[in-house]
Amino acid sequence: MIEIQNVRKSFGALEVLKGIDLTVQNGEVLTIIGGSGSGKSTLLTCINGLEPIDSGRILVDGTEVHARSTDLNELRQKIGIVFQQWNAFPHLTVLENVMLAPRKVKGMSKPEAEAMAVKQLEHVGLGDKLSVYPSRLSGGQQQRMAIARALAMSPKYMLFDEVTSALDPMLVGEVLDTLRLLASEGMTMICVTHEMKFAREVSDRVAFFHQGVMAEIAPPAELFGAPKSPDLQKFLAATA
Amino acid sequence: MFNYTFQWKQALARLPQMLDGAVVTMQVALLSMAIGIALAVVLTLFRLSGSRILSGIATSWVEIARNTPALFQIYMAHFGVASFGIHFSPWTSLLLGITFNNAGYLAENFRGALKAIPDTQARAGRSLGLSELQAFRFIVMPQMLRISFLPMTNQMVWAILMTSLGVTVGMNTDLYGVTQDLNALTFRTFELFAVAAVIFYLITKVIQLGARLLARRMFRY
Repeated sequence: MIEIQNVRKSFGALEVLKGIDLTVQNGEVLTIIGGSGSGKSTLLTCINGLEPIDSGRILVDGTEVHARSTDLNELRQKIGIVFQQWNAFPHLTVLENVMLAPRKVKGMSKPEAEAMAVKQLEHVGLGDKLSVYPSRLSGGQQQRMAIARALAMSPKYMLFDEVTSALDPMLVGEVLDTLRLLASEGMTMICVTHEMKFAREVSDRVAFFHQGVMAEIAPPAELFGAPKSPDLQKFLAATA
Repeated sequence: MFNYTFQWKQALARLPQMLDGAVVTMQVALLSMAIGIALAVVLTLFRLSGSRILSGIATSWVEIARNTPALFQIYMAHFGVASFGIHFSPWTSLLLGITFNNAGYLAENFRGALKAIPDTQARAGRSLGLSELQAFRFIVMPQMLRISFLPMTNQMVWAILMTSLGVTVGMNTDLYGVTQDLNALTFRTFELFAVAAVIFYLITKVIQLGARLLARRMFRY
């Protein structure tokens, strides 16, 4: 369970998260929608401790992420994150990209890590690209590789930060299909996305962020069907 | 006014001795490069550490190495430290001087290379649970070394040429030192140094060629 309690976060004078309260249950798929600068992506990077927070608490399975005593390297093994920019490691083959963390962080043996990597790459449909360097892959393939790389750590939670935003429209579908697959397998996921159709389809709940505040949260049918706040109505009208 | 008779035979007769010297030159240069790269990585980590003292040490090193004559650096490693009662052999002093120079230049090259690697690379590594040092070691450093490969080759060539400064601290077993001694014996100055120059030239060419082949093997991405 991920519990976010009254989290505030500023970049300089700009407050990007103005007291967020949110609980994500195990097995839940939560999508976060909202305009640019609404704080959605920042929240994700706070959840795995890549960004510090100013006040409030984030608990992952009861462990406070930003407590001094928390071993972030250990906690992050539970929380996979995939970014808008897929950040393939260019000097490693696809297989090596996925094997790196299981070997170095979990201390897996080479055959063990390789088996895990192959399994996850096949999972995302890249079983035939193992020995290729990322520069030979399309953006969609690189993004799926990044997903496999995160999955290879057997995370309990997956965070997706606008994973299709930097992709050619032709390639968005294959990445969304991968996310759908994960959702159907029961992975706990938080997806920040601009893909409304996807949000409507796969989410248990959808949260709408506006100017650093979580303005609304509801099951998709309700949030998209009967938006309460004028801001969400405006947002949905603009993105429809 | 020009009545010098070339006597190449005399110089060529000394070729085996000079080639022995060339081996010593290559040994010193290779060793200085290996240690220099390792030190430059350490200096780079010092600069990234966020500690004022460590990055101060690294910056001073780089500044001195790059902005003073290599001759001064080698001289200091021999006669300079001797003032404090530390006595190195000419071979050791030459190695130390060139290594100091290599590390400084390479650390600066590495700094430039790091700017070409997006922060998000290390961030992606951290998000997978790698520690800061692991992210550097397995993600950032390999890319840094690849980007710096050409400057490293240049520095290797420079290290070969810098060994010639060893004569100032009494080094007489390297290519330049051997040539110098032979010159004192035979006075075939032009011939001997011309042969030495050709050997220097060939060594550096082989290094450049070897580096290119090595790069092709190592960097397939």
